[in-house]
Amino acid sequence: MTDFVEAIEQGHALQVVMMRIGPETFALGAGMVREIIDPIPTTRVAGARPHLGHVVNVRGNVVPLADIRERFGMPMEAATPDTRFVVIELDLDGDPTLVALVADKVFEVTAVALESRQPAPKIGTSWRPEYIRSIVKSGNDFVIIPDMQAILN
Amino acid sequence: MTDHDPREVFLAEANELLDRLETTLLDLGDRPDDSALIDTAFRALHTIKGSGAMFGFDQVAAFTHDFETAFDLVRRGEVPTSADLVNVSLSAKDYIRTLIEDPGATAPVIGEAILAELERLVSRAKTPSEPASPSEPEVPGPDCAPAGWRIGIAFAPEVLRNGTNPLALLDELRELGPCTVVPRLDDLPDLAALDPEHLVLGWDVTLRGSATREAIEDVFLFVRDDMVLTLAPLDAVEPEPAPAPTHAVAAAPAPVPVPPPARPAPVPAATSAITPAAKAATTPAARPATKAERRGQARNSEPRVSSTMRVEAERLDELLDRVGELVIARARLSQLAGLHADGGLHTIAEEIERLSAQLRDTTMSIRMVPIGALFSRFRRLVHDLSGDLGKPVTFVTDGEETELDKTVIERLADPLVHLIRNAIDHGIEDPARRAASGKDATGRITLSAEHVGGQVHVTVRDDGAGLDVARIRAKAEERGLVAPGVPLTDQQVYQFLFAPGFSTAQQISALSGRGVGMDVVKRTIEALRGSIDITTEPGAGTALVLRLPLTLAIIEGLLIRVGEGRYVLPLAAVEECVELPEDGRGERGRDFLNIRGHLVPFLRLRSLFAATGAPDPYQKVIIVSVGETRFGLVADQILGNHQTVIKSLSKLHADVATFSGATILGDGTAALIIDPAQLMAGGQIGAPEALRDFREVA
Repeated sequence: MTDFVEAIEQGHALQVVMMRIGPETFALGAGMVREIIDPIPTTRVAGARPHLGHVVNVRGNVVPLADIRERFGMPMEAATPDTRFVVIELDLDGDPTLVALVADKVFEVTAVALESRQPAPKIGTSWRPEYIRSIVKSGNDFVIIPDMQAILN
Repeated sequence: MTDHDPREVFLAEANELLDRLETTLLDLGDRPDDSALIDTAFRALHTIKGSGAMFGFDQVAAFTHDFETAFDLVRRGEVPTSADLVNVSLSAKDYIRTLIEDPGATAPVIGEAILAELERLVSRAKTPSEPASPSEPEVPGPDCAPAGWRIGIAFAPEVLRNGTNPLALLDELRELGPCTVVPRLDDLPDLAALDPEHLVLGWDVTLRGSATREAIEDVFLFVRDDMVLTLAPLDAVEPEPAPAPTHAVAAAPAPVPVPPPARPAPVPAATSAITPAAKAATTPAARPATKAERRGQARNSEPRVSSTMRVEAERLDELLDRVGELVIARARLSQLAGLHADGGLHTIAEEIERLSAQLRDTTMSIRMVPIGALFSRFRRLVHDLSGDLGKPVTFVTDGEETELDKTVIERLADPLVHLIRNAIDHGIEDPARRAASGKDATGRITLSAEHVGGQVHVTVRDDGAGLDVARIRAKAEERGLVAPGVPLTDQQVYQFLFAPGFSTAQQISALSGRGVGMDVVKRTIEALRGSIDITTEPGAGTALVLRLPLTLAIIEGLLIRVGEGRYVLPLAAVEECVELPEDGRGERGRDFLNIRGHLVPFLRLRSLFAATGAPDPYQKVIIVSVGETRFGLVADQILGNHQTVIKSLSKLHADVATFSGATILGDGTAALIIDPAQLMAGGQIGAPEALRDFREVA
């Protein structure tokens, strides 16, 4: 672990929050994650795009609830006791914007080595390549670092 | 609070002074002889110069000094005010503003040119006027020629705190002639009780020599409001005009060279000094009297001065955010209290409810500012435009005291500029045409504001030719906005004026090109949750009415349920609620209602929002109005009034037009605020025309 602290300081590693969405493991830069909350009542927004179909009240702010399973063609599943809302802050055209992200399970905050980073394979996935910033190795698994701006817009 | 940049203070002060200067100059254009106005302008200039120098704005101070010097001639009555002088003074004022705000944006050459022009006007005006109206020093009169003056000076006790230095004023008096100065010591307290910042002294001055009354008054020009100045001519050697001496002697019974320490009835002395002068009825003597009168009037008409403090706008925004959160928390508390049968809890919940409502109202009222400050900005616009376009225009404002949320007022400025420009450019005819149609050659633009229910109506009215429905329609057909032959009401035709790029103007005016078109005006007003109405009468003029909400932050809403979702409708748009009749209950029934003989179409929110859950057997229709159109919205249930703290929707939801925002309900969930104007614009409500035809058939 101490190796990683050093690696992060030197820019060789990235501190991330690991989470499962659908069958895949995603890693989001810890810097963009504001908080992780238990599911709260949501409000449906008629006419909104399917991956942004709801809003939630996060500490007095009305925040869109993003369900990116739709974007990755994953089946929608009902919430489980493990479901969490991960509140992230994104920069949208220069404005910091809060978005809550539905995660099926949040694992841990860890560091991933950036040396293992590689672009998304052109074949072998049905995902649109612009949604994926890179794929990194964590332990024996490959995890996806998504491009949230591209996915949400 | 402590580390305020003093320059910021100067900027804020200078801004106000420049605004006042502009208003005064414009007033002066209308009433060139009003000496109270000239004095106000002069004082504003003097203060700008003084504080400019103090805060290191040397360029400002230097320019203003020269401006002031030229203006001083006007103030002394040596140069009459003229329209040209007012115009040059206005550009000088603009130049000062640029010097203060962005000195890099201008060059000294511009300032020199303005001063040269000012100088030219002043000297030209001065030469011919001299023989016509002789200036004071040459003509002996009761006003200027006594052997001297007995001057009583009593300041308000707090002048020292305002930075006035009485000794410097006395020194200035000494420059006018040999003086004997005797302090009044009556009010001197014991040493222990002496407050060094509290002025307890007064002075009696005997001034010998030929100083004029006005020269003496000028010494005290900037403190006149904070003092009592009495002036009586010394009686020893009186000049020719006979009626004066007896009065003056009677009123000032102690002709001793050194006046007694006690006040020798100074007030009657002054009055009696003026009365004989007025009787003599020579022009120079009559002037100071009228001047004093005018000054008195001006002071009476000034708004009541209340003590104020400056607060940064951001802090008020923050305060309002906190109050908004409090209102939400209060709603949750009330809901929770409703679930418990605890009397104590109920009492405290009600108490909190009452307090938070009061706090909300107070906070909102802090943010309310009178619209007058905005209105006065447009006088300059009208003045300039009227000159540029060669159309004489009187500008009338009404309802300046009407208060609106600060944010609303700020966002109104650009649309109003555009509407006023349009009114002069396209509305008011040129003088020849006006004369031909039997109208006063001078056009009239009225800008007014008034409270109407929970809204404020801001109206821009001109007395021009009115809108030409046929021409607008032809233009709309030409641009393919409407097919020829489609029946439209006049109101619907006027709406084309708000289409992007729509213009029936033959030529572009000098002030065009600010990038604000009528479509932007409409969008801005709608973004403020307001609407625009147009009324026009051929030959008599056009009025544009902006209907605006009082505030942007908290509105009264009507909470409704559609399926499982709860929504808020702005109460201002709601007219009434009725039950959906039997024949409309099917999903595919007739989509209109008969409301007291009027046909009102309605929308089913359940299908619009793809609501889930079983429909309520007794659905309600909420009749809302948007502009002239009324339509119904069918909901499952009306839940009641709701204090709605408006939260904006995220940028990610910019594509969802149906909702203007969201709010947070008592149970902490979010609810969306329906925008009725968008529902109508969404093409869901057909043209009323088609329905009207239908009604006639039915």
